[in-house]
Amino acid sequence: MTVTAKSTDTSPRVERPTDLADVARSEAALRTFLHGLPGVDQVGADARAATLGTRSIKTSAKKWAIDLAIRMVDLTTLEGADTPGKVRAICAKARRPDPADPTCPAVAAVCVYPSMVATAAEELRGTGIHVASVATAFPSGQAPLAVKLDDTRAAVSDGADEIDMVISRGAFLAGRYMEVFDEIVAVKQAAGAAHLKVILETGELATYDNVRRASWLGMLAGGDFIKTSTGKITPAATLPVTLVMLEAVRDFRSVTGRQVGVKPAGGIRTSKDAIKYLVTVNETAGEDWLDPDWFRFGASTLLNDLLMQRTKMATGRYSGPDYFTLD
Amino acid sequence: MPTNPRRASPPATPPTATSRPAAGAVQQATTSRVGVRKTYKLFVGGAFPRSESGRSYAVSSAAGDFLANAALASRKDVRDAVKAARAAVSPWAGATAYNRGQILYRIAEMLEGRRAQFADEVRAGEGLGKSAAETAVDAAIDRWIWYAGWSDKVAQIYGNANPVAGPFFNLTTPEPTGVVGVVAPAESSLLGLVSVIAPVIVTGNTSVVLASETRPLPSITLAEVLATSDLPGGVVNLLTGRVAETGPWLASHMDVNAIDLGGVADPALGTQMEVAAAENLKRVIRPRGGEDWSAEPGLDRLLAFLEPKTVWHPKGL
Repeated sequence: MTVTAKSTDTSPRVERPTDLADVARSEAALRTFLHGLPGVDQVGADARAATLGTRSIKTSAKKWAIDLAIRMVDLTTLEGADTPGKVRAICAKARRPDPADPTCPAVAAVCVYPSMVATAAEELRGTGIHVASVATAFPSGQAPLAVKLDDTRAAVSDGADEIDMVISRGAFLAGRYMEVFDEIVAVKQAAGAAHLKVILETGELATYDNVRRASWLGMLAGGDFIKTSTGKITPAATLPVTLVMLEAVRDFRSVTGRQVGVKPAGGIRTSKDAIKYLVTVNETAGEDWLDPDWFRFGASTLLNDLLMQRTKMATGRYSGPDYFTLD
Repeated sequence: MPTNPRRASPPATPPTATSRPAAGAVQQATTSRVGVRKTYKLFVGGAFPRSESGRSYAVSSAAGDFLANAALASRKDVRDAVKAARAAVSPWAGATAYNRGQILYRIAEMLEGRRAQFADEVRAGEGLGKSAAETAVDAAIDRWIWYAGWSDKVAQIYGNANPVAGPFFNLTTPEPTGVVGVVAPAESSLLGLVSVIAPVIVTGNTSVVLASETRPLPSITLAEVLATSDLPGGVVNLLTGRVAETGPWLASHMDVNAIDLGGVADPALGTQMEVAAAENLKRVIRPRGGEDWSAEPGLDRLLAFLEPKTVWHPKGL
């Protein structure tokens, strides 16, 4: 494949037979495979992420990065207090993030609860902005499979073309990998043509080794994206966790030829943070992932900071939150 | 002069009592300790960071002697300070006038306790005599008290119950403007500084203050007073450095609601900053050279950063 190993990698490349079709033939085979993945050097991953975070991105490169980051935002509202009015408001913001500047690109998608999908789909029809819906008893994932599948089908039939599912962390941590695998396969089937993002909730997975295993599990089961977290617990997305996941998608493509996207979500609030993530994407997975189809930010407050930075670069003076919508 | 005065202690083998009794005693007596010098840093959000740029500049006394190195703030320090000031607006403006007054009195108490230190700094920086420096410090503390008293009185004097032709109470109250940028006077390093900070914060505004470029040391000592007086972090942010470098960034910042340019000495810079401030319709106190800071200040500065709010309230049943 085109991706080449970097000497600074924190992990050895995964050398696997190209045929991964039968690793999920049994619980034992799946466990053997996942536990056979090389361990993550935690200190190394943290240090690598910290180093990448020190890159200085300025002027035209920063401008480009900010516009790219805006195009990668999944503008998210996941509150119990969400109303159709609020969803319409964020859809308007998704279409024209900065109404004062027509050159400002639209975001990638709007992410809402299933009950709000119809409203969002109506608002975004014909704009090219995707409608993402969380499903499968988000955020805990603690519901019977039938309920999760109905949840997914309802969201898709209302117009969602991206489904953000949560894995059963309880089953994963208990070592019942096959159960998690089958569930992802079932949800993928229920989602049909909709893109499936698999939320690992890395804050509950405890170790980077588990993050790597869950990433592979999500990809093997057919996920189109792997996503760090729900944003409902801390820690949410962190740079080292995203680094581990980016290594996983890079390795997965080099083994199977299928490219899987990555979406860090939660806790990314400043343009500076977003640019650190973009640097990490470029240095870990490669340029192929520097595209809204392959990398997304799950965020709400990040967008305003990106817009303020963008305005600052255009006008030469610092902007303020008074000039952008609150949500 | 030994490179390290601590080395001037008696030799490892003590001299015998008969041969050099006096020498050992004298050496013991003249052993001087190494003074611990203060690092003058910025004051942002209640903390004392160095400049984001890592720069500093030498500050000299009026006589031209080296005094200390002060942090040389950059535009990003201005940005951080404005952010801290913005975050502090709602708790500070939301505090009761009585509470704000109490905190300002507390600051005056702390100033009083550091009278001697301020007098030394003012004396070195402004080249005053001992008694003139003490007079300036006393005037600064009294000025602070004078403004502190206004916290719960300004609404009584400048608020109003307006007569209206209808069954309504119509009440006007003065409200704080928000984040106020302040360029402190260049010459009067403590009295002038106090005279521009106190009127801004007493009514509930928060401030980003560019301290005197050539005489910044009392401002950082003032920051140490503010940091230990229950004043919430971010209400006063003090930046030392070149006003010509940071001033335009502060004046053009869209999240600053008002700016006091009274301390800008250079007319061209003053004009540039006024033009920049017009972009988001900041309230501006225009540059005015040669203010006499020892004179009774009046309420111009205090009233300049207030917005009248008028509410109509139905009367009767």
